[in-house]
Amino acid sequence: MESTPRWLKVLDYITATMFIAAILMVFFYAPTEAVMGAVQRVFYFHVASGWVGMLGFLTTAVAGVVYLKTSCRIWDIVGLAAVEIGIVFVFITIVTGSIWARPVWNTWWTWDPRLTTAAFMELIYAAYIMLRQGIDDPDRRARFGAVYAIIGFVSVPFTFMSARMFRTIHPVVVGINQPGSLGGFDMTPRMLQTFLFSLLMFTFVFADLLWRRIRLGLLADKAAQMKMKRNE
Amino acid sequence: MSGGAKAYFKAIHAIVWKDLSAELRSRELLSSMLVFALLVILIFNFALDLDIKIRSTMTAGVLWATFAFAGTLGLNRSLALEKDRGCLDGLLLAPVDRSVIYFGKAISNLVFMLLVEAIVLPVYNFLYNVNLFHWGFLVTLLLGSLGYVIVGTLLASMAVQTRTRDILLPILLFPVIIPVLISALKASNGFLQGLAVADILPWINILIVYDLIFAAISFVAFDYVVEE
Amino acid sequence: MIEVHNLEKRFGIKPVLKGLNFQASSGEFVAILGPNGAGKTTFLRILASLSRPSSGKIRISGYPIPAQAGVVRSLIGVVTHQPLLYGDLSAEENLFFYGRMYDVAKLENRVCEVLQLVGLYNRRHDLVRTYSRGMQQRLTIGRAILHKPVVMLFDEPYTGLDQDAVIMLDGILRDIVASGHTVVMTSHDLSRAVELASRIDVLSRGLIAASVHKQDITQDRLISFYRQAVAETNP
Repeated sequence: MESTPRWLKVLDYITATMFIAAILMVFFYAPTEAVMGAVQRVFYFHVASGWVGMLGFLTTAVAGVVYLKTSCRIWDIVGLAAVEIGIVFVFITIVTGSIWARPVWNTWWTWDPRLTTAAFMELIYAAYIMLRQGIDDPDRRARFGAVYAIIGFVSVPFTFMSARMFRTIHPVVVGINQPGSLGGFDMTPRMLQTFLFSLLMFTFVFADLLWRRIRLGLLADKAAQMKMKRNE
Repeated sequence: MSGGAKAYFKAIHAIVWKDLSAELRSRELLSSMLVFALLVILIFNFALDLDIKIRSTMTAGVLWATFAFAGTLGLNRSLALEKDRGCLDGLLLAPVDRSVIYFGKAISNLVFMLLVEAIVLPVYNFLYNVNLFHWGFLVTLLLGSLGYVIVGTLLASMAVQTRTRDILLPILLFPVIIPVLISALKASNGFLQGLAVADILPWINILIVYDLIFAAISFVAFDYVVEE
Repeated sequence: MIEVHNLEKRFGIKPVLKGLNFQASSGEFVAILGPNGAGKTTFLRILASLSRPSSGKIRISGYPIPAQAGVVRSLIGVVTHQPLLYGDLSAEENLFFYGRMYDVAKLENRVCEVLQLVGLYNRRHDLVRTYSRGMQQRLTIGRAILHKPVVMLFDEPYTGLDQDAVIMLDGILRDIVASGHTVVMTSHDLSRAVELASRIDVLSRGLIAASVHKQDITQDRLISFYRQAVAETNP
């Protein structure tokens, strides 16, 4: 059994420290928002986990392209690892968003473009996992996974655009606020610092999880290889 | 090159001709799509209680849901036929570019889809007395069906090569095709409601861009779907 | 005619072909024998350009695969144990379809010729769905020789055939050999192989374990030769 690489351990510690720091910042450093109150603090991790979700799906699409070009197995492992992380973090985004939306919009869920897109993204990547489970030949599984990851990712902006042409009530905090959106607010410098730090921290979480999940995939391959040798 | 291009289109034509003549014999694919489409419409009739008031706003939605569901039957059947007797290998053994096979199958599937629509529309017209023969509506129908078939042919080629093929296609197809369904539904609805073309144009544009981008992706990706 | 050098094929992490070397010269009929799972079908699918090799060099008539697979495809005819035919089309329509895919010149004459050759001319308008297994296999061979290939690849062509069909297939194979084609056939039937082939290769564990010319071996000794070759690769 190989031991964990030293840099991975270092990354673990940095990420854990940042995570604690970010929680402290969210609760004690950032001021309470005047209109929405304490529930607004959900915002920092909500946006950050959405960012990690998108990063995961982007990674899978890129890994898919590289896999099709090179047929190198590692890229298939990367793709699957990133999808699993993406699914979990988009789910976290949806849950934290609902917690926020209940008091602010007075509903758990609306068919706003971001929410709609998030829902369809979860379905696309659930389908990706099901597609993989239906294929026994590992090369075919990797090829089909790569093709579907690319198609799925390209369809996401289209889903967003078509859902957006229905009226939206989701606030656009970063960038220009649209008229008619509910729950928007202007960030104070401390809020902005907390927000940016949360984004950075979640990016570290993503890198750490991805590395660990890829390592798991490689070890699983190694285990399968050993098993095959023993059976021979 | 022109000789090569001629052989290219000849081979596409051969595939479409083969699919249509086989279907003309068995009529399995079209009849199953058609009966299923009519059943879906009848179910909607009771689920939505399609009275005169809602009818005008619901028609586009009912029709697109119907075509989306019936379409998966046709796509699955069309590609399962190739897989079952090893015919896909037969196609791959031919000295033609892989995209010939993709375009041939996609055109056949589009023809099947349009044939079903051509029968369902008059029936719907007859049942609910909603006039559907508006040029804009028909253009939308073509663009929407095109997008559906472009992605559907690629995904069905993948689905039939899996263990879970009978259940997999709709699960793979619907979340990816949702922009087509939303845009086509909105545009159809706009035309049927008599909205100004300028208001409908953004939806048509999404459809066109979607069709073009996904045709390009499928053209490239099909190689990886059929070649081991 | 066919040159294969150091061919490897892996499915995921599982190696199937492990540095296989193989040669067949023009007019040779090579039978490849081997136990189930030895990689016979995989090898033939790679030669047919249906499957990509993981590494190694392959040339057919001097053209490398998969780089020039398009040219190679027009030179080879492939028969597998699946018919590769459309049940809802007649025999004639099936051949017309494949003829157009291969861009065969003077297609109508050629289709007639092939239908007579495989003895299906009288039933050319019947749907393939209504054919017996033997007739389907005849048409399959007709499909494979339609574009006048110079290399024929057969994957277990005798599987599921009745006695009459076996005799018919023997006849067709003899004709193909007599007309100077290069033939590679996989089989697990030793007696058929020794009757038809000019050379017998044993494929075991992803390698050609042994190779013998027909004139150097008798039917009785072939069985022990085959067993020994397989045993040597299984430590």
